[in-house]
Amino acid sequence: MIVERIIQLLAEQYDMDPSTLSAESSFEDMSFDSLDVAEMVMTLEDEYNVHLEMSSDIKTIGDLAKYIEAQQKK
Amino acid sequence: MSFHIIGTGSCHPEKRITNDQLAEFLDTSDEWISTRTGIKERRVLTNEKVLDLAYEASLAALENAGVGAEELDFIIFTTMLGDFITPSMSCLLSKRLGTVCTRVLDMNMACPGFIYALDVADSMFKAGKAEKGLVVSAEAMSRIVDWTDRSTCVLFGDGAGAAVLAKGDGFKDAIFTVDGGYENLYVPIWDGNSPYAAPAGQKAFLKMNGQEVYIFAVSSIVQQITAILEKNGMTADEPSFYILHQANIRIIESARKKLNQPVDKFPVNLDRYGNTSSATVPMLLDELNRQGRLKKGDKLVLCGFGAGLITGTCILEW
Repeated sequence: MIVERIIQLLAEQYDMDPSTLSAESSFEDMSFDSLDVAEMVMTLEDEYNVHLEMSSDIKTIGDLAKYIEAQQKK
Repeated sequence: MSFHIIGTGSCHPEKRITNDQLAEFLDTSDEWISTRTGIKERRVLTNEKVLDLAYEASLAALENAGVGAEELDFIIFTTMLGDFITPSMSCLLSKRLGTVCTRVLDMNMACPGFIYALDVADSMFKAGKAEKGLVVSAEAMSRIVDWTDRSTCVLFGDGAGAAVLAKGDGFKDAIFTVDGGYENLYVPIWDGNSPYAAPAGQKAFLKMNGQEVYIFAVSSIVQQITAILEKNGMTADEPSFYILHQANIRIIESARKKLNQPVDKFPVNLDRYGNTSSATVPMLLDELNRQGRLKKGDKLVLCGFGAGLITGTCILEW
């Protein structure tokens, strides 16, 4: 499941406790700035072999997982 | 036969501006700037000119090399904006140094400018046009940034770095990429008053999409360094230092982790000078040299990225 994999990647990259993260966790709550988001986009692009463009509609881990799934179908 | 770098020098303006001083007139803080960029302070021109910085850096490099200015066969000067649009900065520096060389050349290749200049210098040596030459990078970013824009003005600083080159086999290879776009990073030109052309109405301030430039920088550094090492039959463990353009500590850290190399191979001076565009790489090279950290035979990888979006990467043997 993409949500679980995103949580695992965030936990590894940012030294976060995975049990505190869920599909509803928002990037703002994680205090991510634009470069943190850029770093995450790069990791996920490599992981899922898709092209991602962050938009302000993608606010949570769940939103991001849905976007990746949509890109994979293209 | 190419060249060896036989001397280095650098110079920065007197005036030191800390993050706290910026916070006096910008909605920012030392905590924000330091954690997000690694920059703690920068130097800015007050009464000095770009030519002054270049002159002092060049004198220091000539002295370090044990070479007189009269021995120089060429001067390449990299800058985005000198003290004049014309005449060229290289010709002004030539006179100031008291050289007799007439092969002087300005280059504007933004932040990787020094590396582009080394490649041109390589051509000069290979064409038999030089025994010795000077490459100097001097930038006044304080003249180009919008000091009301906290997202950009906090990132940059002023400074100069120089290298004296002599015939030799130190320059091993260089590779470049050129994307050819301006949207994510540019400084527009100001309007003249031609009665025939509609004014663009833009102010000549630096504009940048930080997120896009970050993604470009990190992915390019890794790709280009990997490519040049592979092309030259080297592993990432072999270079003693990776001298990267000093834009943001997070770019450097991200690239370092992806290359799986230790921190001490990635020297940093952006904490003290910020992003001085094409001057970052020669300033850092001079620091390493003056600190005695470079040993004969050390392999160095220099890598820069900047407006264009472009990259320049080279391998030098010290």
